[in-house]
Amino acid sequence: MRRKVPVLEQALLYLVLTAGLAATIVPFYWMVIGATNRTGDVFNIPPTFVPGTHLFENLSNLNQSILIFKSLYNSLFIAVVYSLIGLLLCAMSGYAFAKFRFRAKNIIFTTLILAMMIPYQATIIPLFQMFVKMDMLNTYWAVILPQLVYVFPIFLMTQNMRAVPDSLLEAARIDSAGEFYIFFRIVLPTMKPALAAVTIFLFNHQWNNFMWPLIVMNTKDMYTLPVALSTLAGQNSIDYGQAMLGTTISVLPVIAVFLFMQKHFVSGILSGAVKG
Amino acid sequence: MPYILIAPIVTLFTVFYIYPIFYSILLSFQTRVRGEYVFAGFKNYVRMFQDPIFYKALGNSFLILVIQVPLMLTLATLLAVALNVSWLKFKGLFRIGYFTPVLTSLVAASVIFLLILNKDYGLLNYLLSLVGIGPIGWLSDGFWPLVTLIIVITWRWTGYNMVILLAGLQNIPHDLYEAASIDGAGRVKQFFHITLPLLKPVLLVTFIMSTIGSFQLFDEPYTLTSGGPNNRTLTLTLYLYQHGFSYFDFGYASALTYAIVVIVALLSLVQFKLAGDQD
Repeated sequence: MRRKVPVLEQALLYLVLTAGLAATIVPFYWMVIGATNRTGDVFNIPPTFVPGTHLFENLSNLNQSILIFKSLYNSLFIAVVYSLIGLLLCAMSGYAFAKFRFRAKNIIFTTLILAMMIPYQATIIPLFQMFVKMDMLNTYWAVILPQLVYVFPIFLMTQNMRAVPDSLLEAARIDSAGEFYIFFRIVLPTMKPALAAVTIFLFNHQWNNFMWPLIVMNTKDMYTLPVALSTLAGQNSIDYGQAMLGTTISVLPVIAVFLFMQKHFVSGILSGAVKG
Repeated sequence: MPYILIAPIVTLFTVFYIYPIFYSILLSFQTRVRGEYVFAGFKNYVRMFQDPIFYKALGNSFLILVIQVPLMLTLATLLAVALNVSWLKFKGLFRIGYFTPVLTSLVAASVIFLLILNKDYGLLNYLLSLVGIGPIGWLSDGFWPLVTLIIVITWRWTGYNMVILLAGLQNIPHDLYEAASIDGAGRVKQFFHITLPLLKPVLLVTFIMSTIGSFQLFDEPYTLTSGGPNNRTLTLTLYLYQHGFSYFDFGYASALTYAIVVIVALLSLVQFKLAGDQD
């Protein structure tokens, strides 16, 4: 019944797709070339197309110019603490919205929806003044706290929590299980895929966060990776060996998460595209 | 019990979202006189509507919107359709490959392209010189910096949109295509009469997300060009950042903020409406 696809057409599709794939991947390859060579070698004409041997030289230079290990630590600390707290907050409020009836519920929920339409830019200047007043500029909490208010993953959790059967909760209550026991021991374990997706969503959001840390972090030793990288890019003569190595280091943890949790990663990243 | 569960998020929300939103409205009506912020009426807004650089930034966002978003979504749709072809092998490999740019942060993506697009020593100009073109000042000359911005954004986001569209494609019932084949409709016809109409809701979502994104662009122009040369790659958010955190003119910066707020809020409203219609 199915008609045979002409060989020429097949070949053409493979050719186009492979060319497109090459164009997509080449920047990564060039990043590795840059990270392992001296800037001078990459800048030869013709340039070198093979990875070099200057990785560690670039690394020590990089650590002198932007304290790469401290920045990596800052980024990891902030992203991990942020996603753990954020996850708990999302799960708690999602559970409340999905499984309880209470008087203020509709008002709060509507306010959250409305707030979702207002971009974060509207908050940054007052937030900045607030952290100046609290003398909390240049601290991890200045980056973490305001970002915890993120409506989208709350909706995501609410949506998922609706799937928890009421009968399960009632049965637990009849067995006189405490509310916290129910939440942590009965509800959360059934939510593992959603929790994983939300964690990755939050981690990635904070890991890539740039504008806000750029505003509140003002010494080298507190910079997150994107901020540190942008200072390298801002120099008049960029040392590409350093810049590419820094970029590689900033991408590796995300690639690791992606490889080990591919399914959750894709659903986590894309959840931003699905309506709440 | 529910109040205990939502108390932390409601508190954070009030302090770090609701309060700043209202406070920045207040700020947009204030101006600094000898270090003190005093009420100034619509002065900041009047200034904004007379500010040629504001229009420049707005125009840049529109240019990106009109060129980059259709370009990217066309590419993403074609890729999604191609990767959905039943006889294609290595599907998983292609999908992962096209998705990889999503793994980079926007700053990282910009830094990589700084190297590739370097005028004298960049890879792209080297490759172009082999076919006799160049050298192009990707980051410095004429309209090229805007082209650069479009290239970087397209590289970073096409795979992301492709995966969303692929999910949409997989929801289209296969029988439709078989029925169309029996009726003698060619594949081009099928694409325009089955695929596109049924993909429309998903396409609209990606379109609005990308549109909102182009009004909020910051990381890429900041890293690649700092908005230059001559404000050619300046965006609204970057302009607001400059006024807020280079000149510390919080009043005017807040007025600029509200230009973004109005645009984005309207677009989000459209998105919500569309999402609602789908139910």
